[in-house]
Amino acid sequence: MDGIHDMGGMHGFGPVIREENEPLFHDPWEGRVLAMTVATPVPIPGGSRNNIENMEPAHYLSSSYYEKWLHSRIKGLIDAGVLTQEELETRMALLRDHPNAKTPEHPDPDAVRAEFKRSRPVAPLSQKMDIQPQFSSGDRVRSRNIHPTGHTRLPRYVRDKYGTVTDFYGIYNFQDAELPAGCATRQQPLYAVRFDAAELWGSAAEAKSAVYLDMWESYLELA
Amino acid sequence: MNNSRESVHTETDAALRTRALESLLVEKGLLTTDIIDEVVQKYEQDVGPLNGAKVVARAWSDPNYKRRLLANGTAAIAELGFGDAHGSKIVVLENTASVHHVVVCTLCSCYPWSVLGLPPSWYKSYAYRSRVVREPRVVLREFDLELSDSVEIRVWDSNSDLRYMVLPERPANTEDHSEKQLVSLVTRDSMIGVAKIEAPAK
Repeated sequence: MDGIHDMGGMHGFGPVIREENEPLFHDPWEGRVLAMTVATPVPIPGGSRNNIENMEPAHYLSSSYYEKWLHSRIKGLIDAGVLTQEELETRMALLRDHPNAKTPEHPDPDAVRAEFKRSRPVAPLSQKMDIQPQFSSGDRVRSRNIHPTGHTRLPRYVRDKYGTVTDFYGIYNFQDAELPAGCATRQQPLYAVRFDAAELWGSAAEAKSAVYLDMWESYLELA
Repeated sequence: MNNSRESVHTETDAALRTRALESLLVEKGLLTTDIIDEVVQKYEQDVGPLNGAKVVARAWSDPNYKRRLLANGTAAIAELGFGDAHGSKIVVLENTASVHHVVVCTLCSCYPWSVLGLPPSWYKSYAYRSRVVREPRVVLREFDLELSDSVEIRVWDSNSDLRYMVLPERPANTEDHSEKQLVSLVTRDSMIGVAKIEAPAK
């Protein structure tokens, strides 16, 4: 989607602020959110990034990194039918009013751990498949001008631009929500494509610079 | 003043929401508090830029390793026992006197966790994500990195599921350094591409 998250090239965000001696987590809850996001064995329907990209723009901009993750993890559990909003609010009210309240425990934590271990394997992202890549290094290509409403990995700033293929990475699962017209499977060749700065930014481009992106084959056409 | 009751009452919404979520996940048997503690500890103690620094120091010390690293980053990094939890392929980009690579994720904050740990706040900031693809020289200058006009800058926007790590240039005055000494020179920022490594005093 053409959302607020797709910020490559935008103006207005000011200088890059660096924090001296930044802690890994600014508050302990951030670490808990990280862990619950990566470890909870319930996939987020539509994907975590999709939930974050669909946040209302003002909410997105005013939320910290881990607040976005928390939003996405909760929405994912609600969408998966594992949790209800009401349950969460009831539990929040309980813990607000009785900070040391004893909350219910699962009767068999060993079984929880066993199930957690069993659920860990992650499907490989790269696939061994007999798909012939259509492009090769050195080919001049043009990125498509698409504006899907769902999740996409083709940023706005690089649509309808000419570039050069510099590498073929292998066959990877296409991560957009929408399959491109005529495609029956998600497996596609993935390439590195170089876009010269002047192609992307015109007269505002800096000299001697280029941007490289990973491009699935369906993002490209021969120029 | 600052007793625990007081601090609980000023707990942020996010902190309270997180506690409520954790207690519900534990109650439902999806996670245990111990599992959550272990994941947090893993990122606090085991996974950080020291992993990447070891990869860099090995590449500087062993030309054959460097060749393997640049040809297949994932496999060469796995030789040192590091790997990406999500199975992402890692591509290593070599900075030289004439080409400087810098990494970003404009759409979110993708970062090579297995070699660099969790990203710093500035890497996730809207300013960095929006600007480094458009005006890398200006942004690098904000990091006190001034590159000569003759150097080509290549910005890598990690928009798919691959992850990028920069192999910085080996600094001068390190000919006699052991691999272990080299490890201590390598900074996180140099492996993202927003810094060079200073030559140590002779």
